[in-house]
Amino acid sequence: MKKKNWYLTIGIVLTACMLIFIAVGFFWTPYVPSAMSAGDRNGRPSLRHLFGCDSFGRDIFSRTLEGAGATLTIALAVLAVGAVCGLVVGALCGYYGGAADALIMRLCDAVAAFPSVLLAMVVLAVTGPGKYNVIGALGVLFIPSFARLVRGEFLKYRDRDFVQSARLTGVSDLRIIFVHILPNIWPVLLSGLTIGFNNAVLAEASMSYLGIGVSAQEPSLGYMLKDAQGYFFTLPWCTAFPAAVVILLILGVGLLGEGIRERMGVAS
Amino acid sequence: MGKTLLKRAGLLIGTLLLVSVLAFLAFSVVPGDPTDSILGIEATEEQRMALRAQLGLDQPIHQRYWSWLTAFVTGDFGQSYKYDMPVSRLVAAQAKVTLVLAAVSFVLIVVISLPLGLISARHRGGIVDRAVTVLTQVTMSVPNFIMGLGLMFLFALVLKWFEPKYVPLEDGLGAHLRFMVFPALAIALPKSAMTVKLLRGSILGEMGQDYIRTAYSKGNSQGSALWRHVLRNAMIPVVTFLAMAIGDIMAGSIVVEQVFSIPGLGRILISSIGNRDYPVVQAIVVLLAGVVVGCNFLADLLYRVMDPRIDGR
Amino acid sequence: MPKLKKWALLLLAAIAMLPASLCGCTGGTGHSGSDPASAQSGELPKGRGKMPKSVRAFLLLAVIAMLPASLYGCTGGKGSNGNSVTVGIAQDLSNLDPQLAKTAGIREVLFNIFEGLVKASPDGSVVPAVASDYEISADATTYTFTLREGVTFHNGNPVTIEDVVYSLERCAGSENDGKPLVSAFSNVSRIEATDDGHVVITLAEPSLEFLNALTAAIIPKDSGSTITETMIGTGPFKFISYAPQDSLVMEKYDGYWNQEKAAKLDKVTFKIVPDVNAMVVGLKGGTLDMVVHLPNNLEGEVKDAFTVHEDTMKLVQALYINNAVKPFDNELVRQAMYYAIDVDQIIDFVCGGAGVPTGTSMYPAQEKYFMPELAKRYATDVEKARELLAQAGYPDGFTMTITAPSNYAQHVDTAQVIIEQLKAVGITAELVQVEWESWVSDVYRGRDYQTTVCGISADDMTAREMLVRYMSDNQKNFINFQDEEFDGAVTRAMAAADEEEQVALYKQAEEILNEKAASLWIQDLCDLVVMDPKLDGFTFYRTYVIDMSTISYQ
Repeated sequence: MKKKNWYLTIGIVLTACMLIFIAVGFFWTPYVPSAMSAGDRNGRPSLRHLFGCDSFGRDIFSRTLEGAGATLTIALAVLAVGAVCGLVVGALCGYYGGAADALIMRLCDAVAAFPSVLLAMVVLAVTGPGKYNVIGALGVLFIPSFARLVRGEFLKYRDRDFVQSARLTGVSDLRIIFVHILPNIWPVLLSGLTIGFNNAVLAEASMSYLGIGVSAQEPSLGYMLKDAQGYFFTLPWCTAFPAAVVILLILGVGLLGEGIRERMGVAS
Repeated sequence: MGKTLLKRAGLLIGTLLLVSVLAFLAFSVVPGDPTDSILGIEATEEQRMALRAQLGLDQPIHQRYWSWLTAFVTGDFGQSYKYDMPVSRLVAAQAKVTLVLAAVSFVLIVVISLPLGLISARHRGGIVDRAVTVLTQVTMSVPNFIMGLGLMFLFALVLKWFEPKYVPLEDGLGAHLRFMVFPALAIALPKSAMTVKLLRGSILGEMGQDYIRTAYSKGNSQGSALWRHVLRNAMIPVVTFLAMAIGDIMAGSIVVEQVFSIPGLGRILISSIGNRDYPVVQAIVVLLAGVVVGCNFLADLLYRVMDPRIDGR
Repeated sequence: MPKLKKWALLLLAAIAMLPASLCGCTGGTGHSGSDPASAQSGELPKGRGKMPKSVRAFLLLAVIAMLPASLYGCTGGKGSNGNSVTVGIAQDLSNLDPQLAKTAGIREVLFNIFEGLVKASPDGSVVPAVASDYEISADATTYTFTLREGVTFHNGNPVTIEDVVYSLERCAGSENDGKPLVSAFSNVSRIEATDDGHVVITLAEPSLEFLNALTAAIIPKDSGSTITETMIGTGPFKFISYAPQDSLVMEKYDGYWNQEKAAKLDKVTFKIVPDVNAMVVGLKGGTLDMVVHLPNNLEGEVKDAFTVHEDTMKLVQALYINNAVKPFDNELVRQAMYYAIDVDQIIDFVCGGAGVPTGTSMYPAQEKYFMPELAKRYATDVEKARELLAQAGYPDGFTMTITAPSNYAQHVDTAQVIIEQLKAVGITAELVQVEWESWVSDVYRGRDYQTTVCGISADDMTAREMLVRYMSDNQKNFINFQDEEFDGAVTRAMAAADEEEQVALYKQAEEILNEKAASLWIQDLCDLVVMDPKLDGFTFYRTYVIDMSTISYQ
């Protein structure tokens, strides 16, 4: 079946657009995102303020740019923490097995069964809110799912012929794990990463909504949405634009992941 | 198979124990004190010391855990600091609400996703399939509280299909369920999207299998093949997914309860963490973890029952 | 084949369950939705070859038609039927013990159910309630109360002098190892019934303000351990039910002693709605007839269709400064900061201009003590601020932190505005948002902070409480303010037996707090009550009270 991979095409285009949008925000915003202006309070979207203004007269476009940057940073960092730790834990557990594997998997079960809100609240109550603390709290929550994913793949490969022959020729375990087996699970991991990215963005938004997350000085899109709550009806643009960016970002990466799965023939 | 089950059940209990220990440890590192919410912030140090002694908070943590655990296994969940009533009564009332919400969400997921998944697999590549695919992708991209707010706005204010006020079960089952449909929809839509995707993929995967081709070659019409063979096997991952989704649904209800002001487990969990009302938090944590672990167990069980190939392992 | 059947049935059952369970309320309309479903269901397992078509038709029908059809026609009728009102409140009610009630949110609701010997009246004074009369001795140490005839509890029993003595003793700590439940009762040395109609309270130290503490609830004798279940009081409404995080319901008490002021409504439901959007949707959708303490920013949302009453919150919001840490131990720095910020702009941005600037630790509802002129001393003057900073040795400003409790949006918003304003004089402020419990333990109790935005109210609604807390060694002096002159003025004011002298001394203390810029006093926040225009008779009190007895439908 020679079918055009629409998912991949649309996913790449959409994701690229969003990344460019966010990258611009890192270097340039039309206004200082935190600058307040009495004259522009509650301003509707206009040519001067593309996305309108909030109740402090802050430019929503600038804030969305900045917030998207914060959201992306958080999501990627959470992913990095979760994926790297999960990868190492899952690879070792899957490859070696045994009692340590059983114990660690139980611990993963326990963390996964633990209400995530509670865990995040506890971490943030101890450390205080802030970008890095959110990353830590969410990162921990993302370890078990990656660990389980990677472990499952390693179980599949560890007794394959090419692994056995490598072992017989005296290749070290670490080399087998990272050089021989890892490339094989790459497609699965990649699609896991796209799903994980989206979950991280959504989790950050939910946490912010519940009042546990970044502080008002470094607003993420999730925080902006929570902040705009009281203005859902009067200043709809305060909710609409950040929400649109969140949705498009997730949609883009979601389609990208879908495309990758289709391309690599990975079942979801 | 009985032995495997027994072993799994043992693991289940072990996981729950681990969860309860983790919860207890968590409380010991969190700043703040339950006496604040009981006595108010202006209480003197002596008053608070006395109350702490009365609540047994001055004991070392392992002792407190042990006395909690021994009471817990006998069904005594302790007394809520904040609400001055037994935790069991408080949690039972709120759990009932969340369970109804979860049940309605579950039914909605099944009702929405199975037909859509079937149709889109059946007409693979067609307009309906494309529309469904786009729709599921978009639905999965919406944060759940935005979904909740949007639904509330649409159904309560624009269409006026429901009144945005929580209706307790006491006011009648029908009215209660009718209210619950809307918050449940906010939980169910993203999950349905995932189920649709899974079901579609699963059916298409089965369609490619050799035995289906054989069925075709024997002259079976496509519709019959779809129903008799494909569906049975394609449902296996979906059912296990659905069983595991129950845990996610319970977790998702935390946010949605907040949006719709529903007095369920999620709301009391969050406010109890804020008030440092540890007996309540502890009970809910173990309860929620129990549901999650239990559903995983159930998923595993269903998987074994439905797919004879996995038997005996 | 059997398996297939099972699946089909399961699917059907699941689909059928929904409309069936929802139909209860709908009457005829619901069935039109489910009829085609049941007609189709008979075919399902049989027609194998044609299955997809029928299945498709049926499923589409099920999805599209069922939900709306079964729900249609369900929603008529307003939330308020008959003579009842549903009031939205944001804060949960917990621990309903009327004598222990610590938060304003609980006290203002319980006002309708319980009464003390005296009760608050709208003008800020107290009027006799369960007592018909009282007398305070000239030295302000002996209070004598005459029990009112004909007052009954909600269970129908008349209030006896034993009930009164029991309740007062319970407030003084008789059931709490001698520790008073109501803090002002620590001053009580003796409670005694002289006969069946009189009770005498003797104080250890003279106090004119003790009368306010006697608004503490009178409850039936020996009901202390069960009061949160029974909730029996003497007020115009009787308690019906309470569900945590959901609602508290009360109904008119027909045997209320004061028939002139008996409740006009038959039933009042306090509905707990923590989400602000849910509150607005509730008002617009007609399920809430009234909302108290609506966040200011929602006023624009509802003012067209509802009556909005505006008052102040009876608290002082300020950038509270830890006077013990550098650089804030320097008076000049604090004054410079006060000149740097623009209070009017804060009120504009955060409260839509509706708050009242205070200038010191006193709020306008305390008419006798409030000094509006103090709010004008530190009119925004960036030049002056820079000058003072240079004098203090910080010509280029400095960096600092502002801690704010996350759950109070207005405080977080205020902190953000202050941060922007301080930039003008070179001060870089960082916002630290903390959870409420962390704020209590670290900032308020631990005093481990630089500055914080919060609102401080008087526990017992007295002017004294707003000032005494800033005396050097007071345990509530969380800003570590140390000033001998201030201590002296407050000490003399508390001991004063003459009211005029007392007021003058308290005012002197207020001026000191302003002059020394002990903290950057900002405003008393705006308090909004929103009501269905058909409702009438709402009155603001000077204390935390939602008096539902005066409200009625026009």
